[in-house]
Amino acid sequence: MDVQKIREDFPMLKVKSKKGHDLIYFDNAATAFKPYSVIDAVTSYYTKYSVNAHRGDYELGFTVDTLYEEARERVAKFINCEKKEVVFTTGASFGLNQVAYGYAGHILQPGDVILTDEAEHASNYLPWMNIAEQKQAKLEFIPLDEHGMITPEKVREMMSDKVKIVAIAHVTNVLGAEIDIKEITRIVHEYGAIIVVDGAQSAPHMKVDMQDLDCDFFAFSGHKLCGPTGIGVLYGKYELLEVMEPLLLGGGSNARYDMCGNILMKNPPYKFEPGTPPIEATLGMKAAIDYIDNLGMENIHKYEHELRDYMLKKMQSELDNVEIYNANVESSIITFNVKDVFSQDAATYFSDQGISLRSGQHCAKLLMDVLKTPSTLRASLYFYNTKEEVDHFIEVCKSISKESMLDVFF
Amino acid sequence: MSSMMNDPMILRQIIMDHGEHPRNHELSQDPTYKEKHMASDSCIDDIHVQAKIEDGKIDDVRFDGVACTISTSSTSIMSELLIGKTIEEAREIIKNYRAMIDEKPYDEDLLEEAVAFKNVGKQANRIHCATIGWDGMEALINESEEHHD
Ligand SMILES: Cc1ncc(COP(=O)(O)O)c(C=O)c1O
Repeated sequence: MDVQKIREDFPMLKVKSKKGHDLIYFDNAATAFKPYSVIDAVTSYYTKYSVNAHRGDYELGFTVDTLYEEARERVAKFINCEKKEVVFTTGASFGLNQVAYGYAGHILQPGDVILTDEAEHASNYLPWMNIAEQKQAKLEFIPLDEHGMITPEKVREMMSDKVKIVAIAHVTNVLGAEIDIKEITRIVHEYGAIIVVDGAQSAPHMKVDMQDLDCDFFAFSGHKLCGPTGIGVLYGKYELLEVMEPLLLGGGSNARYDMCGNILMKNPPYKFEPGTPPIEATLGMKAAIDYIDNLGMENIHKYEHELRDYMLKKMQSELDNVEIYNANVESSIITFNVKDVFSQDAATYFSDQGISLRSGQHCAKLLMDVLKTPSTLRASLYFYNTKEEVDHFIEVCKSISKESMLDVFF
Repeated sequence: MSSMMNDPMILRQIIMDHGEHPRNHELSQDPTYKEKHMASDSCIDDIHVQAKIEDGKIDDVRFDGVACTISTSSTSIMSELLIGKTIEEAREIIKNYRAMIDEKPYDEDLLEEAVAFKNVGKQANRIHCATIGWDGMEALINESEEHHD
């Protein structure tokens, strides 16, 4: 991979900080920058065929319809599923809520169990908490191992006939640990339960294959894989999409209805897509997937892990003022703290030097139980980050102390 | 006092000192204390502020919680500054502190060590850290007055 050439594709990488520093962006787990091809796909919609989809009785409408459905086709190829199993959503959060309310809300009986864990993002936890309460079901937690991982063995220990839904992330957002979804899915299916996978942090960084994983639902966001905000994907096995109730109703999702209250819904995926979708974002996400596949997901994964390894080794050998919490897991994320400096104070110092990274509590329980700290810094890398950026980060990190972190205020 | 309080080294020491050794940093179990939970929705700061206010006077201020150096330190300084003051005096101090944070004219003699935060506006996203404890205290003062009407 020619990273210098790749960087030319990203206008954001030319942006300077207020103090004139080159922007070093290490918050890719939050969202990723967009290449020109994505931006062009978005603006092309507004400049060349800015009409509604699914309404195409005229030439431009037909053009947009075709492009929109091509985007669905493209996603299907990207995650290796059938086109009719691809539901467009506004993002991972919506997809997970759709499954919680529209599927789990439909099938759960009092006393049933939803299984999740303490390393989940709020979007894969709060909907389950809420639906469990509504349905008098129980929410139980798969214990994490000492590295913060969810292992098939632990899942097996928690399984029972009462478990109907298992909701876990493919890659966790605090530690970046890659979870063995394929094996976990096998176990979950042995018990006749279904597995809902939060793919927000995996789809941008590794090949995800629905046939291979065999999971039942899989949700991700376009914006974390260089696409626009406001668009995402919910994959579901077709027979499950058929029984799932849509969260929203409206134009475009029904085949016909009458004023006596009879509604005939369209088939999936359309029954989940009422109203005018973010057409430009959908076309932008297609361009993002084209861009990523063109680089090659395997190349991206390999490069990121090499870069993360480089950063980790450098932090371990050159810095004596940091504590690293996820050195033992494979990841494109480094979760750490600067000794004696509260995470947010450190983040402000980094920011003052042009380095964007996240401070946060992420998920209080995971941090307290496994990491034993109330908050951390998170550096999350992507394929356009470089060793030079890491080197600069190391120099800045060297200079942080409980005294110097106040420099930014004087 | 003014010249000393313009020395960045000294101001830095003040922030660090209160950050590392916050004063009044333990909540009271006494039910006559009123309490506010202040959890920032944009950052980690999550503190509880308590005050014992009687007959228009602030007898005690306490706080506790998970918070960055800026919020811990600014709340600690606030607690020292306001204990023993009347509500009227406290309001004047809070008003001046807010003016300072907003980079408007203020009376630095009233603020004592709190002037250490005069530059916090340089990092706009941290202003709420320097005010979260003060906001909690102001809310407690407001409530104490409502209850006496
Ligand atoms: C693991 C995980 N799940 C879900 C989400 C939610 O994604 P979105 O905000 O795009 O809906 C995120 C985003 O931060 C995430 O990291």
